[in-house]
Amino acid sequence: MRRTLFEGLTHRPLTEAPPRADDEALGELARQFDRAARRRLGRSLSIREVDAGSCNGCELEIHALNNAFYDLERFGLRFVASPRHADVLLVTGPVTKNMREALERTYHATPDPKWVVAVGDCAFDGGIFSGSYAVTGGVSKVVPVDLHIRGCPPSPNEILKGLIALLEHVSEKTAVS
Amino acid sequence: MPALIDIIPQGERVDAHRPWPRLVVTPAVWRAVVSEVAAGRATLLGLWGDADAVRWVHMAIIDDGAGDIAVVSLACPDGMFPSVGALHPPAIRLERAIRSLYGLEPIGGPDARPWLDLGFWEVQHPLGARTPAPAARPAYSFLPVEGESLHQIPVGPVHAGIIEPGHFRFTAGGETVVRLEQRLGYAHKGIESLMAGASIERAARLAARTSGDSTVAYGIAFAHAVEAALSFEVPPRARYLRALMAELERLANHFGDIGAICNDASFSIMHAHCGILRELVLRAAEVCFGHRLMMDRVIPGGVAADLPADGAALIRSCLMNVRQRFPRLVELYDNTASLQDRTVATGIVRADLARQFGAPGYVGRASGRNFDARKTPGYAPYDELDFAVPVLTAGDVNARVWVRIREVEQSLTLIEQLIERMPTGPIATAPDAVTGEGLGFVEGFRGDVLVAVRLDGGRVLRCHLRDPSWFQWPLLEAAIEGNIVADFPLCNKSFNCSYSGHDL
Repeated sequence: MRRTLFEGLTHRPLTEAPPRADDEALGELARQFDRAARRRLGRSLSIREVDAGSCNGCELEIHALNNAFYDLERFGLRFVASPRHADVLLVTGPVTKNMREALERTYHATPDPKWVVAVGDCAFDGGIFSGSYAVTGGVSKVVPVDLHIRGCPPSPNEILKGLIALLEHVSEKTAVS
Repeated sequence: MPALIDIIPQGERVDAHRPWPRLVVTPAVWRAVVSEVAAGRATLLGLWGDADAVRWVHMAIIDDGAGDIAVVSLACPDGMFPSVGALHPPAIRLERAIRSLYGLEPIGGPDARPWLDLGFWEVQHPLGARTPAPAARPAYSFLPVEGESLHQIPVGPVHAGIIEPGHFRFTAGGETVVRLEQRLGYAHKGIESLMAGASIERAARLAARTSGDSTVAYGIAFAHAVEAALSFEVPPRARYLRALMAELERLANHFGDIGAICNDASFSIMHAHCGILRELVLRAAEVCFGHRLMMDRVIPGGVAADLPADGAALIRSCLMNVRQRFPRLVELYDNTASLQDRTVATGIVRADLARQFGAPGYVGRASGRNFDARKTPGYAPYDELDFAVPVLTAGDVNARVWVRIREVEQSLTLIEQLIERMPTGPIATAPDAVTGEGLGFVEGFRGDVLVAVRLDGGRVLRCHLRDPSWFQWPLLEAAIEGNIVADFPLCNKSFNCSYSGHDL
């Protein structure tokens, strides 16, 4: 173990340069925010992930955000275990009818100011599961969504672009007023 | 040892069903088969409902040793069938699901509570009569518990960190878990209902999204079922490419799991380094197959895209990277006493339970069950390749880690062989037939996936997808008993059952 730890000090880190914030995302976010809320949070956001019935593909790519290449925490973004500790809900899945109440409760348990990011094509409008008796058909049908990140699943880079846009918007680094 | 078909005293063979026999039986024969399965003379592979002019139940069984598979089908014109669960506990949840989805009543079934139907749909029996759901539904009751100083801990469906939704009702005496009862179904999307009437292409896309971490395995199982139903052979190069993708998927998941299990014991250095290995595999997959998870790359008839010119070299370089880094991580896992203290003797699955449930994958193989669908019954190209199936007996978290470690080693040699011997030629063919029934049975990373399909006019009449987790989730309840609550994440991760694959 000592050797592995020591190598961590001498080898170049694997962390890659971050992608630029997604312009479309900035556009969507520009419509949403209250400046005072943005100022309160500084440059850090706590995220609670909610799987509202996804196939687990989006979860895998969200997990990847924590690996050495993408290293989410260097941006001040981190995952928390309770919605009560969260600023952001990261929601995947078409919102199965079985998860609707749980998603609503989680949303209401998250203190203001909060943002909701819907990840994946299913979270956008139910995706390939749209029309099923068991599916609501998109996160925005259940709670207000501030940002959609499309993909099946979106790659970690694509998710990161969206989250960086969120962060920049929240902390007022963006030129958009 | 009698052949599997001999335990089915009598039945009308369905000629259109391939590659294994399907027999339509009477209730008396159904009961006889159930007794044989309960006595351990065959393993339950699947149990599912169906509907055409009448409703049906189908039971798939396998002889663990010879690998013979058979399906028995019982018509249920009166809406009921002799319970399998009454004699054979592994069937209980499957029957509860049949009842909730089809409205078919298991006669003598020990558990009448719904499964997958949590009371939120606007309809009931969605795959059967699909009538409007009643306004008032009885509240769900967990199993009663008696004893001194016991308390309940409800966990989920929103739980842990980045994970699928499920509910876990713990009863604890102090820190010790006296019982765990799961309630699943939160990820139920009605996949089988969406598949009914769908084109083969759309159904393949749905199958690929049943359980995202096993998209290749599900893709292959669905493809096998369709190819068997329509009696057409896939070109050899396609079989090799499918296996290559399947082994990359196995590697990526095992790296992720080994790291995540250690992380749940707070040993994050393993998680960090295993995460690097997983990422390397996914990046190789993206360059070679156009998608990190290789979703929609396996299609009925072959594969969607060929390996690029530098693909083999890229994969070899990825393997070299893995071979350099992985052994040191294994050593780290093995030599860290505080980590071993958490994983050894924790979450033990008894060998007799593993056998009774036909526990698929590493859950079974860590508890002495020597079974891997790539060998038994086996399918091309694995019959031409050289690999071993690791089996351990301790049945604890540590054993489930070690089985994965050994399977990583086997997957590495399999990938080398696949690249070395990759046939040239086309990567896909098209069928002539449009009607038939087939079964696909494939070893995904967490265990065997069963897919049953009925086709007509090039469309899917009915498709059933059976995730290995149906026979692993209940064993988690058994494994956690007597362990401390804090060891639940460790045990849960060592199983890594699918929620979405199970819930459909």
